[in-house]
Amino acid sequence: MAFGLVSLIPNDAGIPFIRGRLIAFAFSLLMIVGSLTAYAINGINFGIDFTGGIQMEIDTEGPADLAQIREIAGGLNLGAADVQGFGEADKVLIRLQALEGEGLDVEAAQQQARQTLQAALEEQLPGVTILAADVLGAKVSGELQIAGLTAVIVALALMLIYIWFRFEWQYSVGAVLALVHDVIITIGLFAVTQMEFNLSTVAAILTIVGYSMNDTVVVYDRIRENLRKFKKKEIGEVLNLSINDTLSRTILTSFTTLVALFALFAIGGPTLQGFSAAMIFGIVVGTYSSIFVAAPILMITKVNRETSED
Amino acid sequence: MLYFSPWKIFLILAVVLLGVLFSIPNLVPANERFVVRNEQVTDEPRGIWAFPLVPHNSVNLGLDLRGGAHLVFEVNLDEVKEDRLENLAEEASVALRQAPVINVRRPSVVGEEVVVRVARAEDMDAAWDRLQDLSQPVGNNALAQQGGFGAQTVAFTRDDAERIIRLTITPEALEEIQTRTVTQSIEVIRRRIDETGLTEPTIARQGDNRVLVQVPGEANPQRIIELVNTTARMTFHLVDSTVTIDASGQGRTPPGVEIMPTENPGEPFLAVQRRAMVDGENLTNASATAQNGQPVVQFQFDTAGATAFGRATSQNVGRRFAIVLDDVIISAPRIRGPILGGSGIIEGGFTYESANDLAILLNAGALPASLTPVEQRTVTAGLGQDQIRAGTLAVIVGFLAVMIFMLAAYGVFGIFSNLALLVNVTLILGALSGLQASLTLPGIAGIILTIGMAVDANVLIYERIREEARAGRSPANAIETGYSRALSAILDANITTFIAAAVLFMLGAGPVRGFAVTLGIGIITSVFTAFLLSRFMVAIWFKAFKPQKLGF
Repeated sequence: MAFGLVSLIPNDAGIPFIRGRLIAFAFSLLMIVGSLTAYAINGINFGIDFTGGIQMEIDTEGPADLAQIREIAGGLNLGAADVQGFGEADKVLIRLQALEGEGLDVEAAQQQARQTLQAALEEQLPGVTILAADVLGAKVSGELQIAGLTAVIVALALMLIYIWFRFEWQYSVGAVLALVHDVIITIGLFAVTQMEFNLSTVAAILTIVGYSMNDTVVVYDRIRENLRKFKKKEIGEVLNLSINDTLSRTILTSFTTLVALFALFAIGGPTLQGFSAAMIFGIVVGTYSSIFVAAPILMITKVNRETSED
Repeated sequence: MLYFSPWKIFLILAVVLLGVLFSIPNLVPANERFVVRNEQVTDEPRGIWAFPLVPHNSVNLGLDLRGGAHLVFEVNLDEVKEDRLENLAEEASVALRQAPVINVRRPSVVGEEVVVRVARAEDMDAAWDRLQDLSQPVGNNALAQQGGFGAQTVAFTRDDAERIIRLTITPEALEEIQTRTVTQSIEVIRRRIDETGLTEPTIARQGDNRVLVQVPGEANPQRIIELVNTTARMTFHLVDSTVTIDASGQGRTPPGVEIMPTENPGEPFLAVQRRAMVDGENLTNASATAQNGQPVVQFQFDTAGATAFGRATSQNVGRRFAIVLDDVIISAPRIRGPILGGSGIIEGGFTYESANDLAILLNAGALPASLTPVEQRTVTAGLGQDQIRAGTLAVIVGFLAVMIFMLAAYGVFGIFSNLALLVNVTLILGALSGLQASLTLPGIAGIILTIGMAVDANVLIYERIREEARAGRSPANAIETGYSRALSAILDANITTFIAAAVLFMLGAGPVRGFAVTLGIGIITSVFTAFLLSRFMVAIWFKAFKPQKLGF
């Protein structure tokens, strides 16, 4: 009979995670401060979902002349144009900032600007094809900003409540701190790399939140079980044991998820690249935080050992 | 865990079978499943697909994958509100002029209210009472009228010192107007788009005051914008030829007369009476035809329109009247004699296409308010195809990589988890086809993510079994304990991810919603496959081979 051919992680590794918690805390703190600093200095490169404006993906005949396209798009009096290559040599992504002002007149002008840009491109670049175009006015993008922020906050709050309900408040605090940690660092990634932050990035962040929570819950579940099983052991010892117990699962699952996401990153096309990059990064951070942040925090929040709640 | 009750076995097999049944249509081209008429695939199933209860729908691709235009328009409600206030002022004026006449300064709209200034203080009560008739119960339904409860359409306040009565439209009435305006707009847009022959448009209300228009296959949104942007309110006014108008369209107009631009360059402006002789609402039918080789639009009034038009033309033979479309005069013919039949033609220097478009707009009726585009997203079908190809390839590669990995890590148990994964993807496909939820590009990402995460439940269980076996339990016992002890962790973990998916679904828009759908479905199917299906497979294997030792 054939069974497991490889055992990637030694059983009962006994790695002293908890002993290294101060180093981990320091590291996390450094990452958070770094992320916030990067955010303060660079800001976030918000996509048109949140800023409004025009985004157009075009296919030129032969390799694209970015400088020429920049000139055409910038010379329309429609605001600053950002022109960059997109995946292949003949694919170009053009972004125009939102028009200034408010009201339905400006909204209408914003929508009309697409036609102006398209006409200019078609006239000056024979054989050009408009592959895709998104136009959002200030109104819709403002609403999407609020919706995106609300989504993240509501999701965090609901998870906090769920964990509180299933475990105890000490766990809940730890789990949510770990999540906030993940979210801040992921946003830091966007501040450092200046990758475009759009609606699907919010989806990626929420998924990271879900995944990290998933990881944390598995560790917590084991901590609760072990706390009941080993009533005499030091809490730090129990935490360490629980992390080690679940370590092979944590790493296996992260690995399969990363494998799938790398496939998406490598061959899923340029549109999903930012999305998959955010997820890959987030899953690494999320895995780290379940082990090094969520569990050790229970030493600080002083988890109650006496309850028999299941 | 080795024992499965018959109903449980039935349930497991039934779910798997349903998943397979619902996903099969994806393997058969659409033209073999549906009746093809005029080289267009209809939505009428044929052959074995036409049998009742046989699923025949394949996955419904989102616009970003199939190509098309997604447009959101905002209904200009301020305009409707202003119109309503103007009407209210007019109604107030008419009501107060009825005998016995109550002297007031002409009621006027100031901001959000109609202001009536009564001339004599002793008329205040009479004016107040008479104006009350202008208010009706909102919705005008019998229940509200009878009981006297429910909101009124107009609210009144009086200021006796200033001799002023103020009329405002109540919030309830405004809300009703808003709902009605949006609903009517949707109706009109649907009629207009249907007449253009664009296939499968989606036209729906979005939020309070928006209309969503989705047209698959159409990558140039400009045509749709123009179709929706035109209010197409047509009115007929008498021309006042006594007014002299300068080149910039300025001139002294008597009360009730205004200057409007025309489409005729030889006569760029005309003064017309503000009050319409007849309204386009009274049009019943319009069509494009030719007269003396020129394209014209022929129209027909209903009875009320024909009467009004007949009367107006009889009284004004020799004068000109203007045909006004959205505040622009498109034609201003002279009335040669009374037009009593209720039909007429518009000559306006049309091309055949523009005559045809005008007929479409007139037939579909006027929009109750103007609509402004606020969002447009378009993708060509070609790009959609590329994205499907890249996405599918990514799914397959991700799937294979995870399978190989699971096989390497867990051997025979890996086979079970891989079979479960295969069923999982089939179930997702079946659920998407059955529910007809749109699969978007982020949705494909959701499937890939699910593949990665779906094995998590199995990993949790297998790791637990390994552990229990190492702790000295017999294989049967270890498997049993492994499954039961892993349950709480699996449920907690999946519920939290499901919360994230649900929040995304509720707050997200378009493509992101597609991601939430596949993620949500994937979570449900992966719990099912891990907990019931793979366990069932392990049980069968265990009964067949009775292993003495689990070689993890």
